[in-house]
Amino acid sequence: MDIVINISSGLCLFTGSFLCISGGIGILRFPDFYTRMHAVGVTDTLGAGMILIGLMMHSTDFLVLAKLVIILLLTLLISPTTSHVLAKAALHNGLVPELTPDALDQTSLDLKKKGKTSSNP
Amino acid sequence: MNNIVLLTLLVVVAIAIIRMKDLFAVAMLSGIYGLLSASFFVVMDAVDVAFTEAAVGAGISTLLLLVVISMTGRSENSTRHKPLLALLIVAITGGLLIYGTLDMPYFGAADAPIHSHVAPRYINDSMQEIGIPNIVTSVLASYRAFDTFGEVVVIFTAGIGVLALLSVVRRPEDSDNIASINDSMHEQHLVIRIVTKMLIPFILLFALYVQFHGDYGPGGGFQAGVIFASAIILYVMLFGLNTARKVINQTFIQLIAATGVLLYGCVGIASLLNGGNFFDYNVLANDPIAGQHFGILLIEWGVGCTVASVMIIIFFSFAARREVQQKNENQHDKNQELL
Amino acid sequence: MLMGLFNNWIVVVLMMIGLYIMIAHGNLIKKIVGLTIFQTSVFIFYISMAKVDGGTAPVLADNFSQYANPLPHVLILTAIVVGIATTALALSLVVRIKEAYGSIEEEEIQKQDNQIQSEQKIGGQM
Repeated sequence: MDIVINISSGLCLFTGSFLCISGGIGILRFPDFYTRMHAVGVTDTLGAGMILIGLMMHSTDFLVLAKLVIILLLTLLISPTTSHVLAKAALHNGLVPELTPDALDQTSLDLKKKGKTSSNP
Repeated sequence: MNNIVLLTLLVVVAIAIIRMKDLFAVAMLSGIYGLLSASFFVVMDAVDVAFTEAAVGAGISTLLLLVVISMTGRSENSTRHKPLLALLIVAITGGLLIYGTLDMPYFGAADAPIHSHVAPRYINDSMQEIGIPNIVTSVLASYRAFDTFGEVVVIFTAGIGVLALLSVVRRPEDSDNIASINDSMHEQHLVIRIVTKMLIPFILLFALYVQFHGDYGPGGGFQAGVIFASAIILYVMLFGLNTARKVINQTFIQLIAATGVLLYGCVGIASLLNGGNFFDYNVLANDPIAGQHFGILLIEWGVGCTVASVMIIIFFSFAARREVQQKNENQHDKNQELL
Repeated sequence: MLMGLFNNWIVVVLMMIGLYIMIAHGNLIKKIVGLTIFQTSVFIFYISMAKVDGGTAPVLADNFSQYANPLPHVLILTAIVVGIATTALALSLVVRIKEAYGSIEEEEIQKQDNQIQSEQKIGGQM
């Protein structure tokens, strides 16, 4: 039983770390703010979640387990909201996403209709 | 091993702060610096300090820097001359300091002089004399209560200073103008408003938990005050300063800040009146241990009140000043267009 | 000796980086960030002095006998809070300087001050 817990906890921690590293590589390699936001938002939430699950399997005390569950729920709630807020702030300030030319015309038209400028900051 | 990696990352972040010209990036990097040093403190077994540094250094400090950068401009002018004299001074001072550290005891040595005189008395006698598990709280609140009193007064003074520098006289017609600008902005932020409304009660509850759990684990008045203030600041940022002023009256908050310091001082005076020394909690109740618990509870409550109120006051002052500046800029632009 | 004194040397490096930012950069906000780096390096110095090999955090527990030194922890708790108070006051001063001079670069503020001084001297002579 111990060895099963150790192996699964190790797998969860390893997956979590790998997801966080891949989020970091995404920030460096993706071309545009919105794609970078997407890379970090998704992988950081899941990565932190997997690390917390890996820690939960090792905890012996019920109080520690309860605290880790609460932290997991709060992370799942707050981290996507943060990505949403950042992307919304960027759109509100006029940062236009890099798209193919037809999609770009449509996006510029939508932004102009809402009354925001569509020039890069 | 852990401390080598963390310290190297700290040096890398610090060098990046030197090289950056964009102040927004500098503010973010200073937040990362605070978080890395909080992780370093955890590795060094300093859990209370790590908690405080994470709340203050990575939270409030970054927030205040961002508010000020939004008021004063985002980029730094590049220097025209090379700062060779500064580099020379820094190199000489650094060399002398490194020469001075060659005599110091090695990292982690248990027989260093620092561990031999006062600390064993605190560690061995804290449970019998005061009766709470967290030795840092017992030293902070009971053995060295006078230093903590000075610290609370310093925070209060900083709050007074910021009020003196940044307070604006509010006229009723200003509130209406600013309110109309804010209302049109906040209707669109549906997701953020709902998530924030869900989260703020839990943050406030967590602040209370940290306040009263400081006896048994990391925590105490300072961390609780900062967390409480950050919940209120979140509300202010989202719903606008006017709505927040209707919910939380600024005069009331200023009163609470003063009451916290007064409570702290009155505990000391009550000890004097009961026959003991200043801040001697043994005389506050029939049993010395119960007296210690009562005294620590009261002064941690005073510390928490003052820290939370002063952080809220500081943020309110910065936000109000920013609103007035923006309103003056809008009027200036309108006047330019009319001309 | 490198491993034993590594923490102290990194503290000196960070202190010197903070000092360099404060001396060599003209922007007032950059100077405040440099002050924060300087302060945090001193905190790291004290906390790494307090660590004991084989000890744990200074919260009394049944299965541990050696604890880290609690006294530097208390001193640094006070220092962190005093540091944020200083930073808040410094930032409010920067806001007022920007309103009064229109800029937060040290050289431009110095130029405006010199101009005002020379105008006052000319006005005093007349």
